[in-house]
Formats: sequence, structure tokens, C-alpha cells
Amino acid sequence: MQFNWLKISAIVLLVYAIVGGLLLPVPELSQLGETIRNLYYHVCMWFAMMILYTISIIHSIKYLRNGKIEHDIKAVSYAGTGTYMGLLGYATGAIWASYTWADPNNPAYASFGSIMREPKLIGAATALLIYGAYFILRSSIADLDQRARVSAVYNIFSYAMLFPSIWIIPRLLPSLHPGQEGNPALNFNDIDARMRMVFYPAVLGWTFMGIWITTIVIRYKLLTEKKWTNNEK
Amino acid sequence: MKRGAETVSINKKTALNTFNQYSSLLKKELLLETRQQHTLYGVMLYIASTVFVLYLTMDAPDADTWNALFWITQLFICINAVAKSFLQEARGRMLYYYSITSPVVFILSKLTYNVILMLLMSMINLVLFTAFMGDLTTSFLQFFLISLVGAVGLSLVFTMLAAIASKAMQQASLMAILGFPIIIPQLLLLVRLSKTAFSEIFNQGVPTQLVLLLFALDVLIIFMAVILYPFLWKD
Repeated sequence: MQFNWLKISAIVLLVYAIVGGLLLPVPELSQLGETIRNLYYHVCMWFAMMILYTISIIHSIKYLRNGKIEHDIKAVSYAGTGTYMGLLGYATGAIWASYTWADPNNPAYASFGSIMREPKLIGAATALLIYGAYFILRSSIADLDQRARVSAVYNIFSYAMLFPSIWIIPRLLPSLHPGQEGNPALNFNDIDARMRMVFYPAVLGWTFMGIWITTIVIRYKLLTEKKWTNNEK
Repeated sequence: MKRGAETVSINKKTALNTFNQYSSLLKKELLLETRQQHTLYGVMLYIASTVFVLYLTMDAPDADTWNALFWITQLFICINAVAKSFLQEARGRMLYYYSITSPVVFILSKLTYNVILMLLMSMINLVLFTAFMGDLTTSFLQFFLISLVGAVGLSLVFTMLAAIASKAMQQASLMAILGFPIIIPQLLLLVRLSKTAFSEIFNQGVPTQLVLLLFALDVLIIFMAVILYPFLWKD
């Protein structure tokens, strides 16, 4: 059993985040109402996504330094789980937006065009498109070592391009989204103290959950890899 | 003491040698362009037909549309102009480069050449674009300079992506897929910045900041290319 503490704390933190997130008191804001509780799930998905992508980059760099194929497998697995978290982030965000931002006079999907122009959504969409391209790039190279090397290079290059964009774009465009003046949710004044008690544990919990899922994927991939190389012998 | 002097002279020699390699690689690219003119004319024709199609499909765009269309054409021209820089290199020739030069020199010469090419192409694009779609800018000189700044950034990013895509199958279409998400921030910055040329009011110093930001991004790209290209280089 690897990372035992990680799995246990993931379970404990998520049980707390779900029970506490639904039951503990929250500030009463007229526009948000009880939907404010979505903060514990929606924002955490983005945090988990960025952290998982960052772990993926670290493994890509490790691969370029020592050329061990398991680092490549780790990089692609973390990128995969990160993308999954990103999609969940979109799903939770879409539900939230349909209660808060969408024009109540029209069906919610009619507001899609104006909502999508949000800087934070553009940043997230860029990240997801980059990793979509990353998977396409991988599938179009047949040679195993070359695939690992080229995709590691793209991973690092696009990450270096993505981060400036996440800092730059929000400062260029007008936004309804909270956290306009800086990096959302990192600023202590953004979030009510009562919510912080649940929010930070929830971020950790979802991130640990992502890492847990990824370790299982990595183990599976390493086993398939082993089977293949054994068959060849 | 003597040894120290020797190492200095050797360092000088290698630096000179590197510069010679760089300039002869660049010269080779330019020479190739004048010898194989069909590719150059191909890109020019691509510009002309793109602008002509836009002219026929749009009548009298407003300033915002004009601006957006201009940058989209720049983007597509850049992909077409830069794509060939790596795609035309045969495997055998890459092996030859491998034996005579270093990856850093090679990628720097490619970057420089593509910047020159794209500067030329964006000037042609701007001339044709204003000829067909009308000049809607209030300060043409400003817009011209911004389009050159944009051309540098676009060509740098797509050179690196062409290098990556050249290792995979379906290279040309892959380049667009890999490039579009990465180019979004730059493109947004450029569209925003070029609104100064349409007499939109900016806060004091904001346009200069945006230009500096674009140059900082360019430096970042060159830096990444120099670090990462050596890994793509070996087959």
C-alpha cells in the first residue's frame, strides 16, 4: 500500500468537505443564496487540475533529464486526471452559472456566448485545449521513445505559455467572475472566514483524490507495459 | 597565466565559430528561398487569395471586425509560412546538420529566418488588406508597427511548434492544433493593443506596458526554444 496517509486523508477531508460543505453556516448573499456552497466543489476542481498539471510537468522534466519511460507514463497519467478534473470544473461551473449569471428571461443555454467570454473560462478552456492537443500529439507518434520525448517538450513549452496567459488575460478583459484584482481564491480577503474552514480542506481533499486516482492509473499502465515487454521476449 | 590566455583565445575562437555557423545557416535559408521561389510565391498567393475571399464575403466591416479579421489572417499566414521551415527538411539533411552544427545554433537560425520571413509577409498582408478592405485605422503608422511586433511573436511560437510537429505524422494540421491554444494570450494582447491605432482611449502607459509584455513573451519563447530544442534534435 503506497501513500497510505494520502488515501486516508483524502477520505477524511472529502467526507468533511461534503458534510460540512452542505451543513455548516455560510454568508447570506442575495444573488448567490445557497449556491455559494458550490465554491467547495467548483473552485477545488480548478485547484486540483492545476496542481495535477504541475505534477505532470515535473515528470516531463524528469523524463527529459533521465529518459526513464515510467516518468513519461506518470506525466501522461497526471495530465489525464487533470483534464478530467477540468471537465468536472466546467460541469460544476455550468450548473452554478445557470443559477447566477444566466439571463432568467431566456433558457440558460442562450447565455452561453456571453458567459464563455469570461477571462477565467478562457484560461481554463486554453488549458483543456492544450492538453487535448497533447494527447493528439502523443497518438500521432508511433515510436515509443520519440513520443515520450516530443510530448514532454510540448508539455513543458505549453505550460510555460499557459501560465502567463492565466495571469495576463484576466487583467485585459472585463469580468463578472470573483477575484478580478488578482489570483482568485488565493487572496485571504476574498473568502469569508467561515467558508475558509471548509474551502482549504476541500482543496486538499480533491487534490489528494486526484493523485490517488492517478496512482491507480499509473500502476495499471506500468503493469500493461511490463506485460508487453515480457511478451516480446 | 599563459594557459589562461590560451583558454580565452579558444573561447573567442569557438564563439566566432558559433557565430559563423549561425550566419552561414541563415544565409543558406535565405539562399534557398531565392532559389526555390515557388514556396515564397505560394505564401504570397495564399495571402492574396485569403484577403480577396474576405473582401468578397464582407462588405464594409466596422473597425472591430476589421481588426479581428486582420489578426486571424496573420495567424493563418504565419502557420503557412512557418510550417515549411521544418517540413521541407528531409531526414537525411537533418542528419547532415547534426554532424556539422549544434542544436542551439540551428534553432536560433531557424527562428531568425522565420521572423524575417513573417515580417515581410505581414507587410504584404497589411498592404493588401488595406487596399481591399479599406483603411479604418486612425493612425496607420501605429498599426503598422504593432503588426510587426505581432509578426515577431507569432513566428517565434510557430517555429517552435513546427519543430515539435515535424516529429509527428500529419504535420501541417497538427501544427494548428498545437498552436491555437498557445497563441490565444498573444493574440488577445495584440488585438487589444492594436485598438490604440483605432483611437480607443487607454490609461496612461498601458500601450507601452502591453508592448513590453509582448517582448517579454518573445524572450520567454526564445529561452524555451534554446532549452528544449536540443531534446527534439536527436532522433
